[in-house]
Amino acid sequence: MSETRRVLIDPLVDNNPVTLQMLGICSALAVTTSLLPALLMCLALTSVAAFSGAAISALRHRIPNNIRIIVHMTIIASLVILVDQLLRAYAFETSKQLSVFVGLIITNCIVLGRAEAFAMHNGVGMSFLDGLGNGLGYSLILITVATLRELFGAGTLLGYPVFELVSNGGWYQANGLMLLPPSAFFIIGLLIWGIRTWRTQQAEKPEYRIHEVHRTEVF
Amino acid sequence: MSEKKEFDRDSISNTLIVAVGLSLVCSVIVSSAAIVLKPVQEKNEEEFRQKIILDVAGLMEPGRNIEELFGAIEPRMVDLETGDYTDAVDPAEFDALLAASDSELGIAIPKDKDIAGIGRRAKYAPVYIVRKDARVDQVILPVYGKGLWSTMLGYLSVAPDGKTVSGFRFYAHAETPGLGDQIDKEPWLAQWPGKLLYDADNEPKLRVIKGTVPVDAPDADYMIDGLSGATLTANGVTGLVQYWTGSHGFGPYLKKYREDSINE
Repeated sequence: MSETRRVLIDPLVDNNPVTLQMLGICSALAVTTSLLPALLMCLALTSVAAFSGAAISALRHRIPNNIRIIVHMTIIASLVILVDQLLRAYAFETSKQLSVFVGLIITNCIVLGRAEAFAMHNGVGMSFLDGLGNGLGYSLILITVATLRELFGAGTLLGYPVFELVSNGGWYQANGLMLLPPSAFFIIGLLIWGIRTWRTQQAEKPEYRIHEVHRTEVF
Repeated sequence: MSEKKEFDRDSISNTLIVAVGLSLVCSVIVSSAAIVLKPVQEKNEEEFRQKIILDVAGLMEPGRNIEELFGAIEPRMVDLETGDYTDAVDPAEFDALLAASDSELGIAIPKDKDIAGIGRRAKYAPVYIVRKDARVDQVILPVYGKGLWSTMLGYLSVAPDGKTVSGFRFYAHAETPGLGDQIDKEPWLAQWPGKLLYDADNEPKLRVIKGTVPVDAPDADYMIDGLSGATLTANGVTGLVQYWTGSHGFGPYLKKYREDSINE
């Protein structure tokens, strides 16, 4: 039971795909200007990661080694198209905001990485949970970033006003920088800094340290 | 366990079976999803197109039923060559792209006139008339043309003087996300209302320039800010606006509209 818990909970903070493994940054920057598209993106990626994990795990004894990446891509791509079609049918306007980024889940390193590293060696149930856990770890970061960006960039959450804007006679001057791509870099950077200060084992050892030579040492 | 050892998953036969089998299963799943969901998606797209027309007209009210609001707009068909209204086709069932490739309903555009890069166009085109107190307040024209990657489809609304833009918006395109897709974003679209379409000789003059429009330029009313990193998309927008307002597009219709000879 603890193994199941570990597979599901670990990717949330201790082994987070975005803040520790630095995967999936592209979409984390692109779809987080407001909360609603970010939530939809999380839902799409989490379901693709979970179901592709399960499907690949179910086929793992049959998949030939030399075409395994192509097989993974085919399964993932089919699931992504399925999700994309569903979004276009039932969440049309938000799916327009997501534009290419749903399609780009196919090339998302988190999904392919979990397929290759976990689903090929573990059972169907565990692989499903692993995909779910990693999807949720990604979602956690995206939702945090999107909440901050929408709140401080537009004064709203899910489109509902939270801070009264100066332009509407309120007190909050919207910070336009939060709606631009660089702010997502800053927020993710600060998050990583925060997490690594809290969980010091995540901090990497410096690869090289400049040795300061004192003039007197040389002579 | 011993059975598993005998099974060679790297053999050519297994590779072929997995490759063919998987492709078949995946293509069945993907295509059936596309077919099953198509009616819902088409309904969404139609509703979105109507919403964009309402947006261009400035009639969109959040929370109101789109179909109900759209009922206030009067669709008419126009014969592009003469610029007169026609009842030859029903605007509700007319598909401009389909009609363009039809040998009866479409015509080829001469190479030197085809600045929108579309090759062929339909002989007829729908216009959407918005009235205020029984007078025509604006007409909304469907316009489309090639951008960098895709055909960009949108609506251009023209004020009763027949030369001032009162609204402009795209409802479908596939331009570069983050660069070319600024064409459907508010800050860029907000410049369009009030711009002028024609010069003194009634030739289309409105264009998207490179860089920002200088405040003191004498013909600033004929210029739209460029899109940095998306020059080809911006050129496409210039092309499609000039084509559809030109003599081969809605030019004859807009001339009659301007001279008020067509407004009953």
